[in-house]
Amino acid sequence: MAAPKLMDFDRALELFEPVLGFEVHVELNTKTKMFSDAPNFFGGEPNTNVTPVDLGLPGSLPVVNEQAVRYSISLGLALGCSIAESSRFARKNYFYPDLAKNYQISQHDEPIAYRGSVDVELPDGRTVTVPIERAHMEEDAGKLTHVGGSTGRIQGAEYSLVDYNRAGVPLVEIVTDIIYGAEKDAPELAKAYVSTIRDIVIALGISDAKMERGNLRCDANISLSPRGSGILGTRTETKNVNSLRSVERAIRYEIQRQAAILDAGGTITQETRHWHEDTGRTSAGRPKSDADDYRYFPEPDLLPVQPSTELIEELRQALPEAPALRRRRLREAWGFTELEFRDVVNSGLLNELDATVAAGASPQAARKWWTGEIARLANVAGVDSASLVSAEQVAQLIELIEAGTLTDRLARQVLEGVIAGEGSPAEVVDSRGLAVVSDDGALIAAIDEALAAQPDVLAKIRDGKVQAAGAVIGAVMKAMRGSADAARVRELVLERANSAPE
Amino acid sequence: MSEISAEQVAHLAMLARIELSPEEIASLTVELGSIVDNVAKVSAVATPDLPATSHPIPLVNVFRPDVVGETLTQEQALSGAPEAHDGRFRVSAILGEEQ
Repeated sequence: MAAPKLMDFDRALELFEPVLGFEVHVELNTKTKMFSDAPNFFGGEPNTNVTPVDLGLPGSLPVVNEQAVRYSISLGLALGCSIAESSRFARKNYFYPDLAKNYQISQHDEPIAYRGSVDVELPDGRTVTVPIERAHMEEDAGKLTHVGGSTGRIQGAEYSLVDYNRAGVPLVEIVTDIIYGAEKDAPELAKAYVSTIRDIVIALGISDAKMERGNLRCDANISLSPRGSGILGTRTETKNVNSLRSVERAIRYEIQRQAAILDAGGTITQETRHWHEDTGRTSAGRPKSDADDYRYFPEPDLLPVQPSTELIEELRQALPEAPALRRRRLREAWGFTELEFRDVVNSGLLNELDATVAAGASPQAARKWWTGEIARLANVAGVDSASLVSAEQVAQLIELIEAGTLTDRLARQVLEGVIAGEGSPAEVVDSRGLAVVSDDGALIAAIDEALAAQPDVLAKIRDGKVQAAGAVIGAVMKAMRGSADAARVRELVLERANSAPE
Repeated sequence: MSEISAEQVAHLAMLARIELSPEEIASLTVELGSIVDNVAKVSAVATPDLPATSHPIPLVNVFRPDVVGETLTQEQALSGAPEAHDGRFRVSAILGEEQ
């Protein structure tokens, strides 16, 4: 496939205003599914976490999971939504084998939560209020594997295999209103919005919220409005965006792609687009019209949900701290500068840092490792940092550094081992033999040897040319195979150089 | 008279993977048409002040506790499948795209 023409991002913004909208699906972490008592666990042997309800077998009847309703109300409240006095499920009819019933039980015109807003903080500190149209309950679909196509995708597939373990997993779909005014920050806003939703559901404890596992999924709608025209452009809906980083990249890409087409006099096709992490592009999917007819009608097998005011108040009282307040509190507790803190928030690493500090690490050390080496490795691997290591592992690593067992350089090697699945930091230190040699005796011997081997350097150091010590330090580190603390070596080199006999 | 055509019935049968003979399509076209006509009569008399009757029984909030129950075995789950492979349902390739 030839690379599509892209317009320079800044130029695109001069000509067009990006208009955004998001649909975020959150998988709830209830014990059972939305409408059946099968375990809410995706994975394991295919088609084992299923009941007759999940397979849509004749005569089976769905029953609503009470916990899923409570979670949905809590999420609605956290999004500043009104909770419907009466809400109903509806059948969304379509022919596709990811659900066995030929319809998905969802909510249509009577969602459980409606009209709210979420404050989202941008990298530059600006806060944008994202309007929420609704949050509704529905069931997840099964997993299809396409066989026979060259790429494992649907194009060219000969047949498909279906696993219904995920069918019926409780979902809340959060739909925003149209978002104007994001301007050049549109990609950052997209990322910050999804990150904020993730923070909210994690704080509520209602979802595992791991994007790489599909617990949290974002469909990003974007269109471009020609400056001064007041006309909304045709939108595309980008799917398959499964990391915070991809959300940002996908929006940036679509702005550049659409701008190039419009500027060349073309038109945008209203369609879904698939994001490809490897190429950093989107490709055309199904044409989509506003008139997509799912023949919604009220689900006759389920009764209306009418939460009492007492229940709503109970859940409102139990809401956790709002993300913005929490950020303020953490920044003060950690004593970070505004820049340091923003760096953490923009990297989407606030929860990881919080957990790492809770596991005993100092805030500064936790910040240094998460936003430094771990972020770098995650970037190289094209994944989110949190999927590489746990907060506990990072805290253990920092503890080893602070105890003097590891230098930063050795710690980076240990980190690699931990990420490669070699065990806890302590185990990797043992198995790879990476501990710092803290016995000065061995160091001094190596230093004396190195100084003796380089008398010219020794002379320079004695003349006060301290930077000359680098050659000796390098030789010593090499002799110690890197397992020495460079700062300590430097200290000792200077000490020995000035005390050794002429 | 309804607007259900034989082509629509044939298309629906294809989507639903139900094999219908031309005779069955013809008779279903008439039957479905008659059903749609009767439903249309309801629309004609249902004025906006009439509440929806999808849930005529005054019952609400029927819930289930979040407790895991019994599941089917893979063998049971697949027992009604026309084709299965690798513990999964095997279906024809679908034109279109993933939902």
